[in-house]
Amino acid sequence: MADNNVYIRKIILSVLGFLLLIFSGISFYKHRHLEEHVVLGEGVTEVKKLSDYFDGVKGTINDCNIYILEGKEPGATLFVMGASHPEEPAGRLAPWIFVENGVMEKGRLIVVLSANRSGTTVTRLGGGYPPDYTIPTGWGEQKFRMGDRWANPLDQWPDPEVYIHYPSRQNLAYVDIRNLNRAWPGRPNGTLTEKTCYAFMELIRKEKVDIFIDLHEAELQYPVISTIVAHEKGHELAAVVSMVLTDMGEFNMGMEYSPKSLHGLSHREVGDFSDAISLLFEAPEPFLDATRGKTTREQLLTGKDEFIVKAGEHGLLFEKIDENGWPIDVRVGRHTSAVLMTMEIWTEEHPDMSLVCINVPGYAEVIENGIGYYLKDPFRANPERVIIE
Amino acid sequence: MNILMSIITVIYYLLVAYTAVILIYNLIKTKTWEKEALYIIVLLPFLLRLFRLK
Repeated sequence: MADNNVYIRKIILSVLGFLLLIFSGISFYKHRHLEEHVVLGEGVTEVKKLSDYFDGVKGTINDCNIYILEGKEPGATLFVMGASHPEEPAGRLAPWIFVENGVMEKGRLIVVLSANRSGTTVTRLGGGYPPDYTIPTGWGEQKFRMGDRWANPLDQWPDPEVYIHYPSRQNLAYVDIRNLNRAWPGRPNGTLTEKTCYAFMELIRKEKVDIFIDLHEAELQYPVISTIVAHEKGHELAAVVSMVLTDMGEFNMGMEYSPKSLHGLSHREVGDFSDAISLLFEAPEPFLDATRGKTTREQLLTGKDEFIVKAGEHGLLFEKIDENGWPIDVRVGRHTSAVLMTMEIWTEEHPDMSLVCINVPGYAEVIENGIGYYLKDPFRANPERVIIE
Repeated sequence: MNILMSIITVIYYLLVAYTAVILIYNLIKTKTWEKEALYIIVLLPFLLRLFRLK
């Protein structure tokens, strides 16, 4: 009788455990397979795959979409990359607005929304991050995958004890072997992350990209924030963009030199291994700060956090914060304005190689209308113009 | 390097499967409900990894 009770108890506990497994498994599965719709704006003239430039990534999760906006008149080529770090949503939503709204009058724009697509399918392991976030729009809500700084270990594993960067042989943190922004310029026979970087380098070389912009967000306790990090080829351009944005009173934007001895980062290696000017833009994201409070969707989108405000009162931050936080609209608006300003300054200095983009909102417009205003309804769009990201 | 990673990955999954089997064995053998609950909680991440869920 006693044995029977023990068996029944084991079965009940096992069923409860199995239910936990089912619910958590479903949550993980749904996150990894959440379909994000992109409505191609009238400016998108072609959609390619990353494997069109290097077939080593064909069939992998990182074979992302490449959106090309060919201008009505010739000009320079600008490449804007989002989701190099998929836990930085403004770096993904800003290029999203370019794809769904932008029209190039002069020059060519290449946009990537999921540079490290593997990293968009996972959040920080054990971190309790929300698996997704939702942006309200005029037609409903659009859901996006929340990601991680690193590629999903399901796609690239194991990590080494020490990550030796190729080709510099610089020793980096072991986990950064899955960090897209520590694996540039990549190599054709390397890890998935290295192959992805190599494929992007091939894209940059084959498409003769003139300017490369990598969009990021940073924690407020990190000194490289609200700034442009520029390769030496782009110092002049970045300095003028920074000065004009700040002087116009839109927002403060700094400018920093890309360190020559810090390897694997896009602002260093893309400039060194191609003809392109490489720039990296950073916007503030309180969600990333280690001293944040609850790790929720609300915190991610509003950027409000009393603990980080307290840290600021103690002088521990490199960017200001108050009770208004850093809403996602503000962060995305910084990026769209900075990209548009880069095109404008470049065009002033290179009138024979112009970059002119219309229909993309700047900082003030994004804040006034919200991001959702610029996201298109995939269920009302022409199905041939809807892409799964 | 890639071949080595593949070999380590296979070994890793074998270890995960082995640990899961041991945990299930202990779950069956134990007589106290606290340990049963503990084994089930510990078992969950092993099964999730074995099924390649996250």
